[in-house]
Amino acid sequence: MTAALPRRTTRATAALAVAASAAVALTACSTGSAATSDGEVDTTLTVFAAASLTAAFDETAADFEADHPGVDVRLSLAGSSSLVAQIQQGAPADVVATADTATMNTLVADDLVDAPEPFATNTLEIVVPPGNPTGIANLQDLTDPGLNLVVCAPEVPCGAATTAVVDHAGLTLQPVSEEQSVTDVLGKVTAGEADAGLVYVTDVARAGDRVEGVAFDESAAAVNTYPIAMVDRSGQTPDQADLAQQFVDAVLSPDGQAVLADLGFAAP
Amino acid sequence: MTFELTATVPSRGLDVRLDVAAGRTLALLGPNGAGKSTALGLAAGTLRPHDGAITLDGRTLAGARDGRRTAWIAPHRRRVALLAQDPMLFPHLSVRENIAFGPRAQGTTRREAAARADRWLDAIDLADLADRRPAALSGGQAQRVAIARSLAAAPRLLLLDEPMAALDVDVTPALRQTLQHLLAEQTTILATHDVLDALLLADEVAVVDGGRVVERGPTAEVLSRPRSAFAASIAGLNLLSGTWTSDGVATAGGEVVHGHGAPDVALGVAMTAVCRPAAVAVHLDAPHGSPRNTFRATVRSLAPHGDLVRVRTDRLAADVTPGSVAELGLAPGREVWLAVKAAEVDVYPV
Amino acid sequence: MSAPATSERAATTRTRLDPAEVPAGLPRWAYLPAVGGGLFVVLPLVAMGTRVDWSNYGGLVTSESARSALALSLQTATASTLLCLVLGIPMALVLARGRFPGQHLLRSLVLVPLVLPPVVGGVALLSTFGRRGLLGESMEVLGLQIAFSTTAVVLAQSFVALPFLVVSLEGSLRTAGERYDVVAASLGASPATVLRRVTLPLVWPGLVSGTVLAFARALGEFGATITFAGSLQGVTRTLPLEVYLQRETDPDAAVALSLLLVAVAVVVIAATHHRGAGGAAR
Repeated sequence: MTAALPRRTTRATAALAVAASAAVALTACSTGSAATSDGEVDTTLTVFAAASLTAAFDETAADFEADHPGVDVRLSLAGSSSLVAQIQQGAPADVVATADTATMNTLVADDLVDAPEPFATNTLEIVVPPGNPTGIANLQDLTDPGLNLVVCAPEVPCGAATTAVVDHAGLTLQPVSEEQSVTDVLGKVTAGEADAGLVYVTDVARAGDRVEGVAFDESAAAVNTYPIAMVDRSGQTPDQADLAQQFVDAVLSPDGQAVLADLGFAAP
Repeated sequence: MTFELTATVPSRGLDVRLDVAAGRTLALLGPNGAGKSTALGLAAGTLRPHDGAITLDGRTLAGARDGRRTAWIAPHRRRVALLAQDPMLFPHLSVRENIAFGPRAQGTTRREAAARADRWLDAIDLADLADRRPAALSGGQAQRVAIARSLAAAPRLLLLDEPMAALDVDVTPALRQTLQHLLAEQTTILATHDVLDALLLADEVAVVDGGRVVERGPTAEVLSRPRSAFAASIAGLNLLSGTWTSDGVATAGGEVVHGHGAPDVALGVAMTAVCRPAAVAVHLDAPHGSPRNTFRATVRSLAPHGDLVRVRTDRLAADVTPGSVAELGLAPGREVWLAVKAAEVDVYPV
Repeated sequence: MSAPATSERAATTRTRLDPAEVPAGLPRWAYLPAVGGGLFVVLPLVAMGTRVDWSNYGGLVTSESARSALALSLQTATASTLLCLVLGIPMALVLARGRFPGQHLLRSLVLVPLVLPPVVGGVALLSTFGRRGLLGESMEVLGLQIAFSTTAVVLAQSFVALPFLVVSLEGSLRTAGERYDVVAASLGASPATVLRRVTLPLVWPGLVSGTVLAFARALGEFGATITFAGSLQGVTRTLPLEVYLQRETDPDAAVALSLLLVAVAVVVIAATHHRGAGGAAR
């Protein structure tokens, strides 16, 4: 009995060790280059992009993979500030594209990226349910206190833009909710809970028939610029650094720009 | 008659008819699973009859015809208190609060209820434990408090379901005495499988077996002159049934049992012959001598019975001394002769 | 004789460490994963503590938005807990004591919010109380709008917290059994009196722990609230929503507020657990 105990402990420890090394191996696969079974070397390029770029970067990444056999582009899509926080914590990104310059600048300040380049702009638009039942025609109409208006919280980029536009117009809005993300604003309008919201032109385009957009002049006061940059990270192979540059170039290329324009983005 | 119950509960195989006169105690005697608790449940209102009626002091507590309810009084309006094997004292209340529970629930003021509780505590001799929690009582104390709690609710009918079964043997005599004293004027139904409970506490006995009342009458009569095998076995008596002949009681097996005295009955009447196991002698060979009843039998089991050993056979039970058991080499399967003097056998018509 | 003695002994073991007792049914290897599990729960909380900017802690947690979020969280969680008690006690009673067809099904359905992602709960509430929801349309006609109001927060919290109370209380009721209730009724106590003086006192520890769990769950509710109620300071932005929002711009504030939320939860659980244990010993 007593002899069996240590042996069992050893077996348990071994099992733990196997589990741990498996986890390490998985992590390793997802970041660097790994030899595949047929001996061909696959290179993985990890691109961190703002959630609003989902459709555009999916397409660009697919094109890029077609042009670069053996390259696997991994897209990690999240809110810009989450992406920045992850890169600050050492997440293995090769390229990062954010939805505003402010968040990108914190990475520049930390020397994690250099020379971000603007590749698209986006402006705000009023979003209303199909048929515009409350007859919203301009920004002024959003000040109606009876209106269920939903906007982004000032803490998030789309909310900062909202504040800029509204301040510039000299208006005060009384939203019923200040949402965490532009998606939440859009969701409240598509669900019929809100009469109107302020989102980006691209979000209106993305939502299709489920909403209508109402453009307004004051939106020019907050033109949101999307910057893209290569990330300086440790453990990056020269291959990956090279590919990162090529991916940035692809986004900036006429083809890349056409993809963005199709989805409602304007040129920088 | 203050309490009458005629009911069937097919799901529990019960079909009984019971009644208790005011101030009397009826013992329901029977083995486990005989239907005693089901009968009490009907009276307490935890079970519904399928068919029948239950009345107390002229009020119909429950009535049903073929599964359809015709009358129903909720348990708490019946004035029927139930005390089970476990005292079930409310653990979060003190002893005094437990006894005062019934009066309080029926609308008595807090002060009056407490005073009443104290009188009951005096009656059961536990006044010094009034402020204890039930967890701090012994089993016997707890059961006495539970009895006081039931009686403090001033029930018109008290139901006791095996009140001694969970107690140590050394505290049951004291509790029986308490009950004997307290139940004097109380209309009570006592379910038990212990013949002593019935003897000491009950005026009348109803023997329940297989969901039916098989025998019924004054306690002394039922226990001394049982008419059913079950009543005989709980009374600790041997019972032989047959028909009256000029010679004695002729059993179905062709034997004739001679008894004490000559009852004045016609030939052919159904008769019962009863004797105590202590009157049965065990022999290895056929005994000789004066008028005796002798039976050929096979030993089934041996068990201690007080200072004696009860020898159960396929015919009669016999109580013999341990010395005799050793001397005769009695063991299950052994063929023996049983002998009973005619003077020790009671014969009476069924 | 023996029954009370055993229960007394059991009560003492629970509170006091007896050096003479030998644990049974505890294999030695169980300590390793158990300690690992303990660390898994405690370490993140400690790690979060190390990330707090203690020099500015006071300023971070007393900012206007933080105070209003904390106040709103405490108010809504209290209101939700009360609503859970009002609805949950009868539900638990009916599930534990009632006899009706579909009882098993109902019991399973009550558990659904427990296993549902809260966001789904929010969507479900929207489909019920939203403007285009099942009840929302008629409520709109009556001039009642629930979405984007504090009421919506309370509904969202109650929706996710209710099963905790019901499950905990129903379990206690089943353990306590009906035998005391039968005795009380036979002593002349009406069902309401039985409930007040016997049933509830007997399940008091279960009721307290169920209430604490429900409160804690309401306090931490995020997904259903953000989906159903929206987020507006002082109206619908509870502490978890505030933490999530502050992460965007001020991670220090987010960590500080998280710690505050942990502190509130610990205080509530410690206080009521103590009282609950006291109730059990009564």
